[in-house]
Amino acid sequence: MNILVCIKQVPGSNKVDVDAKTGVLKRDGVESKMNPYDLFALETAFRIRENRGGKVTVLTMGPPQAEAVIREAFMMGADDGALISDRKFGGADVLATSYTISQAIRKLGSFDLILCGKQTTDGDTAQVGPEVAEYLDIPHVANVLRIVELKEDALILDMDMPHTVEMVEVLYPCLLTVEKDIFMPRLPSYRRKLETSAWPVKTLTFADFEDQDVMKYGLNGSPTQVERIFPPAVNAQREMLRGEAEELAAEVSTKLVHLKLI
Amino acid sequence: EEERATVDKSQWKGICVYVDHVDGEIHPVTMELLGKARELADQVNFPVHALFIGSQVTDSAAELLHYGADKVYCYDDPALKDFRIEPYAAAFEDYIRKVQPSSILVGATTVGRSLAPRMAARFRTGLTADCTVLEIKENTDLVQIRPAFGGNIMAQIKTPHTRPQLATVRYKVMNALPRKAEASGEVIVCTVPQEKMVSRIKVLEVRPKEKETSISDAETIIAVGRGVKGEKDMAMVEELADLLGAQIAGTRPLVESGWLDTRRQIGLSGRTVKPKLIITLGISGSVQFAAGMKSSDYIFAVNCDEKASIFDIAHYGIVGDLYEVLPELIRRIKMEKEA
Ligand SMILES: Cc1cc2nc3c(=O)[nH]c(=O)nc-3n(C[C@H](O)[C@H](O)[C@H](O)COP(=O)(O)OP(=O)(O)OC[C@H]3O[C@@H](n4cnc5c(N)ncnc54)[C@H](O)[C@@H]3O)c2cc1C
Ligand SMILES: Cc1cc2nc3c(=O)[nH]c(=O)nc-3n(C[C@H](O)[C@H](O)[C@H](O)COP(=O)(O)OP(=O)(O)OC[C@H]3O[C@@H](n4cnc5c(N)ncnc54)[C@H](O)[C@@H]3O)c2cc1C
Repeated sequence: MNILVCIKQVPGSNKVDVDAKTGVLKRDGVESKMNPYDLFALETAFRIRENRGGKVTVLTMGPPQAEAVIREAFMMGADDGALISDRKFGGADVLATSYTISQAIRKLGSFDLILCGKQTTDGDTAQVGPEVAEYLDIPHVANVLRIVELKEDALILDMDMPHTVEMVEVLYPCLLTVEKDIFMPRLPSYRRKLETSAWPVKTLTFADFEDQDVMKYGLNGSPTQVERIFPPAVNAQREMLRGEAEELAAEVSTKLVHLKLI
Repeated sequence: EEERATVDKSQWKGICVYVDHVDGEIHPVTMELLGKARELADQVNFPVHALFIGSQVTDSAAELLHYGADKVYCYDDPALKDFRIEPYAAAFEDYIRKVQPSSILVGATTVGRSLAPRMAARFRTGLTADCTVLEIKENTDLVQIRPAFGGNIMAQIKTPHTRPQLATVRYKVMNALPRKAEASGEVIVCTVPQEKMVSRIKVLEVRPKEKETSISDAETIIAVGRGVKGEKDMAMVEELADLLGAQIAGTRPLVESGWLDTRRQIGLSGRTVKPKLIITLGISGSVQFAAGMKSSDYIFAVNCDEKASIFDIAHYGIVGDLYEVLPELIRRIKMEKEA
């Protein structure tokens, strides 16, 4: 079984600041980590490998320092990994990111199963998985809660729907986005750290891809444009009530009656 | 950035809402999106479309004409009974090719979050996730505002060169129009060839989730946080909730302590709620919590710390000790109800 897991490097905290003058995110000096939701995808891959044998490859797209998440995945148990990095890929939105990832996957070989996290903690769109599946022309199942059974040619899964849980069977090759808590992720191991520290990490660049149309990558290949970013608004119309508990309670109940809430 | 070609926007007309449903039962986010679509469409003289994909759905399709849709495009086929990505995407693609809508709004449900990105990639166009504000420019570009970084920042996004423009919106963010007594508009039945109805996915079983009284649908919520010191104090909270006919919900720490069921967690990693009234008791108002409740109609917050950030989003901030305020409030409300 050939399994690929897509992982992303994200800021260590999502408490970001916006530069009031330039309206740009202040990312300098912010620590990075692996997107926490991707840990669940990785763990799912390891469990499937334990059951069916095979190989787990990890793939990330980002600046050169994103190699760190590949190394971290090695320490947890990944067998192989590649970094997609090129200046031409900068400023990519979901569409360009997904297209770039799909080109890299085609370059790396063929996979029976591709796993993604549910979403990231920065861009937070939950769209990359399904778009990658579209470009690879394979089915996907999102919001996978549980793996029910691993068959020779298919997976049986529970998928989370608003009011129901659907059990579906999907043939390989396919892509899944897994819910958090599908399995408890393991910690990186020190022994694996020593074993893997000299492993090379392949870097894939624009030159490696079959599709050499620059207009499909990075900012050029991104149909969405972020016009501005700003901190969430605070409510200016609030009314503050202070005083003894008795007065406060009286005021609140009067307001509730007045607003027809009781 | 190199010069990029822009589509002829005049060839793309109308605002479409994808009808989210299971077995023909329409998810209310659909009506909310129709309300928004109507408002946007009226500004640029566009029609509002609803796209209904399923099996035996044509009968319920007419209902959408009471909520602002001018045309309901209905793909009704036994092969579309359960949601499977390839046939649903094939029907969706067929609609886009034939009708060329300018914008498509999709509920951010499991199905919507699967289908919308598929369509965006297929048509190489933009998709903006979880929009909280949608406006439209004269040139028919959408102005899309969405939270990112877990609600810590907002981004304004546009899709200026391609069509259709796609956006997902969570449930309880937009407002539905009241149901019109009279239906206006038409239902258009469409078909796709059977060879496009094949799938590599088989739905084996659909089971209802444990019947829960979902906090997402509650009109009134009492939300508790770490200001509540002991599990026994929940009795007092329950008394208030009973008086107001409210559901009890809370912050993540309370769920982690086991005092509340996970399904009662409000916030980024919990549920989004939009009740008429929410009273928060001893909640600091972290961005992760606020992300799940800040569009409530009326927020009353009780907190002893004047600087608590819950007061930034509350309509009424009550600075006080909940252990003093709550018993008084219960007494008062009982009086009001007896009066
Ligand atoms: C404030 C802000 C708002 C944005 N809003 C939008 C928007 O609405 N629409 C849009 O098209 N773009 C948007 N973007 C750009 C978008 O976030 C990036 O293109 C990002 O690279 C991919 O999206 P994501 O982080 O949302 O990933 P998600 O779709 O949330 O990620 C899901 C899974 O895909 C995999 N994955 C995601 N990224 C990578 C990667 N780089 N390498 C390997 N695997 C990966 C992981 O398994 C991950 O768990 C926004 C960016 C910012 C800063
Ligand atoms: C990725 C991520 C996702 C998260 N998702 C969620 C989520 O979905 N939902 C969520 O809730 N949290 C979430 N959190 C946690 C969140 O950051 C906060 O830690 C949490 O919301 C705080 O809960 P709280 O307000 O109950 O507790 P605290 O922050 O400890 O606040 C307690 C408040 O009670 C007040 N208080 C104390 N005693 C009294 C009294 N006697 N009378 C009146 N007031 C009193 C205090 O002044 C204080 O403001 C998430 C965190 C992360 C990192």
